[in-house]
Amino acid sequence: MSEARDIILGRICASLSENGKAGGDEARHEEVEKRLRGHPQGVVPHPADAKQAVVDRFIDKAQAAGATVEKAKQGDVAKAVSAFLRDHNLPQQLRVGADERLEQITWQSRGAPELLSGPSDGNDLSGLSHAFAGAGETGTLVLTSGPDNPTTINFLPENHIVVVDAQDIEFDYEAIWTRLRHKAGAGKMPRTVNLITGPSRSADIEQTLIMGAHGPVRLHIIVVTG
Amino acid sequence: MVEITSPHFKENAVEALSDENLQKAMRHLRGNFTAKRAAAAAALPEFEALRDNARDIKNHVLTHLDLYLEAYEERVTAQGGKVHWAADAQEARNIVLDICRKADAKTVTKGKSMISEEIDLNAFLERNGITPVETDLGEYIIQLRGEHPSHIIAPAVHLNIDQVREDFRRAHSHLPPDRAMKEPESLLREARGILRKKFLSADVGITGANFLVAETGTSVIVTNEGNGDLTQILPKVHVVIASIEKIVPTLEDMSQIVRVLARSATGQEMSVYTTLSTGPRRKEDPDGPEEFHVVLLDNGRSSMIGTEFQDMLRCIRCGACMNHCPVYQAVGGHAYGWVYSGPMGAVLTPTLIGVDKAGHLPNASTFCGRCEEVCPMHIPLPKMMRSWREREFERHLSPVSYRSNLKLWAWFAKRPALYRPLAGLAMRSLSLMGGRRGRFSALPMAGSWTKDRDLPAPQGGTFISQWRNKRGRT
Amino acid sequence: MREVRESAGSRTGSRLKVGLFVTCLVDLFRPSVGFAAVKLLEEAGCEVHVPLSQTCCGQPAWNSGDRTDTADIARQVIAAFEKFDYIVAPSGSCAGTLKKHYPEVFKDDPAWLARATAFSVKVHELMSFLTDVTGVSKVDAGYEGMATYHDSCSGLRELGVKGQPRALLASVRGLKLREMKDAEACCGFGGTFAVKYADISNAIVAEKTANIEASKPDLLLAGDLGCLINMAGKLKRQGSTVEVRHVAEVLAGMTDTPAIGDGKGKGR
Repeated sequence: MSEARDIILGRICASLSENGKAGGDEARHEEVEKRLRGHPQGVVPHPADAKQAVVDRFIDKAQAAGATVEKAKQGDVAKAVSAFLRDHNLPQQLRVGADERLEQITWQSRGAPELLSGPSDGNDLSGLSHAFAGAGETGTLVLTSGPDNPTTINFLPENHIVVVDAQDIEFDYEAIWTRLRHKAGAGKMPRTVNLITGPSRSADIEQTLIMGAHGPVRLHIIVVTG
Repeated sequence: MVEITSPHFKENAVEALSDENLQKAMRHLRGNFTAKRAAAAAALPEFEALRDNARDIKNHVLTHLDLYLEAYEERVTAQGGKVHWAADAQEARNIVLDICRKADAKTVTKGKSMISEEIDLNAFLERNGITPVETDLGEYIIQLRGEHPSHIIAPAVHLNIDQVREDFRRAHSHLPPDRAMKEPESLLREARGILRKKFLSADVGITGANFLVAETGTSVIVTNEGNGDLTQILPKVHVVIASIEKIVPTLEDMSQIVRVLARSATGQEMSVYTTLSTGPRRKEDPDGPEEFHVVLLDNGRSSMIGTEFQDMLRCIRCGACMNHCPVYQAVGGHAYGWVYSGPMGAVLTPTLIGVDKAGHLPNASTFCGRCEEVCPMHIPLPKMMRSWREREFERHLSPVSYRSNLKLWAWFAKRPALYRPLAGLAMRSLSLMGGRRGRFSALPMAGSWTKDRDLPAPQGGTFISQWRNKRGRT
Repeated sequence: MREVRESAGSRTGSRLKVGLFVTCLVDLFRPSVGFAAVKLLEEAGCEVHVPLSQTCCGQPAWNSGDRTDTADIARQVIAAFEKFDYIVAPSGSCAGTLKKHYPEVFKDDPAWLARATAFSVKVHELMSFLTDVTGVSKVDAGYEGMATYHDSCSGLRELGVKGQPRALLASVRGLKLREMKDAEACCGFGGTFAVKYADISNAIVAEKTANIEASKPDLLLAGDLGCLINMAGKLKRQGSTVEVRHVAEVLAGMTDTPAIGDGKGKGR
């Protein structure tokens, strides 16, 4: 297969040098290196300044994308989760990863949901995740894979509850990439980063939008405000 | 294998124009996608600046493509993935088959991928005893029907619910025949149930890629259904098939283009799932694929660099050009006869299957310019269609009668002294023939026009001759 | 200097010397549009010249991939018109060819590229020339009735003609304008496209005429004769009574001729 590699790269170089674009090889390398290292920002829409405004925008946009959203204090997350399950006539049972922040939730002693830990095998009705971040720009959740929040929980259960810390909600995606680089190291990434904006949907039959295609039918977001 | 019917574009178009189901779908598309895109673009003040920047990013990539591909490969490898290079469709198919065989695969789930359509992967896998299952709802439907996608983001947009219901009854014969199938919701539920089992039992998952990020060795898919995600996280092996121009340098660069992609495609601010995948599952990960492969396909693209068709490599497959094209809106995607349709197909298809086969496509345009106007990547589609017409003209591929008429007209147009009296005579005669009605319902030489339209008659005498008479001697 | 002798303007002074590129369709099919253009330009204070050697802008050859014939025709047009202060055409499509495409025709011919570029900056479509260059904001004309306006593609998208004709029409006594749905959508003409792909062209124009009829106008206006012939041809075949005219005819108050595709005696 290295033969094909040489052919393709050779053709590209030939096409470029015919047009005088491949000249100054060192300069080209330098330019590419610089961009990869410096990852310059382009046009970033409306960098909001007030943190509160960003959270409100996140909530508005996530709702517009079909998610349900509520704000809760740290101590009220358990109540909010239980209430969501109850309101939708769902069994008090949740698939959940090993996220520390989720483990710290103090569940009520009576009627607390049964927590099933580990990845989902497709037999769970509801899953609970903690987001790495949120983007106020479009009401987008950012979730990263790992033992804390297995990716299967994001897609297999019909109901997905995601907890996001208000402090982790940035306005734009660029701010999130900066945090991600800080966490994973430059040039490295978790296996999967999911940007999720609303529950799954399809409009493939007569351009009629229907919620709940292959992924969750419901996406419920709990924004933790201190 | 789905047949290539691009050489019969005209016949296909006539058939499409009399297909009432299709016409109804196209009428819906015309209002739906265009209005949503316009609203989304208007709602983002930076939209035009983002378009400009998106274009500049891709232009930068294309003049450094070799280096970014090498950087991308290095990052994928460093994180445990493997990059395979395929110079053409056959090589790509063989690489995928090889990976499937090594995984002892029987069933392969597939996320939506135009590259898979381009290399006709499904038919090839089937011939080799592997069952490919399309999981995007639209792709699943057209797979049941053995059709090409009629739209790059809405593959089954040409069908109505009755047709889909019939397909499901035929394909899902194990389900009770009296089940509820009236609403689109029930059909979606049914497909969800059927495909959920396929997701969980597949041996290999194949997805395309909207972007390949060189900085991190990440491949990115953008979807609404979540099928692409289930395709890639459940099987043991994840294969990404992508063409070489999908490269972007950094996550920031990707974000620029993401901001114009969904807005141009469906009018969403953001698609539901934008998924970044990098390598196989890490040792501590409880889920995700154990193997991660990327097949980089060239298939003629490297040779487009430096030509008048280079700008086409900026295309991000949003479908805005087809949604806004009066020709696409009239005839739908299947008339184009292969996997890519509309203006982007009119430019790309001749490079991939040859202008001798696809010659109609760049000609079947009014050059209204709306495709270029809405293209998020500022691709000069009409200009490139004209370039194909030039190549056809040079190679004498355009019809003989058309060429000779054009040449005759040009010969006169270049000789005003001969053109003037002849034009004057012709217009006076036509005007007289038009008579009191002022138009023709039938006219020899203009039969294709007068079949469905009248031809307004000239007023009589040319402007130039009247001008000379009235003002020339003053 | 045969052209100068044969043209209208022997008036002197600092008036703008405008070469009228009348376009082949106006020349052959509807000279009255040419005279309307002359009237509007003269009322705007221009000295109008009409080089008699003009035939066509070469667009049919250009859009058919025939670069050689296009270049021959373009050289002829440039040579005949480059001496004027401005070159004006009552068509967005032809003006677009002269302005946007001629430089590209000569991209590999530096000497002619320079001439084509210098020429192209002086080219204007009639409506935008009147409002944007000569500063005309109103006309002395009247027309009792409801009009609708089709935005021809090249004028709209290559030259940005959109508000200019509407601004001028607003000053026509008695004329009201009601926008149709999708006024910016193509009418399906596309030059040789209408003949080569007549069935598709017909489907597109049928959509257009449906939108025209839905706006219930007395009058359909546009700035390009190709589109007008196409839309009039379809409207008349459908038995429509909507009058079809080039916008210049109404602005110049020259609506005594039969409308496009209408018989004699139907003019106002």
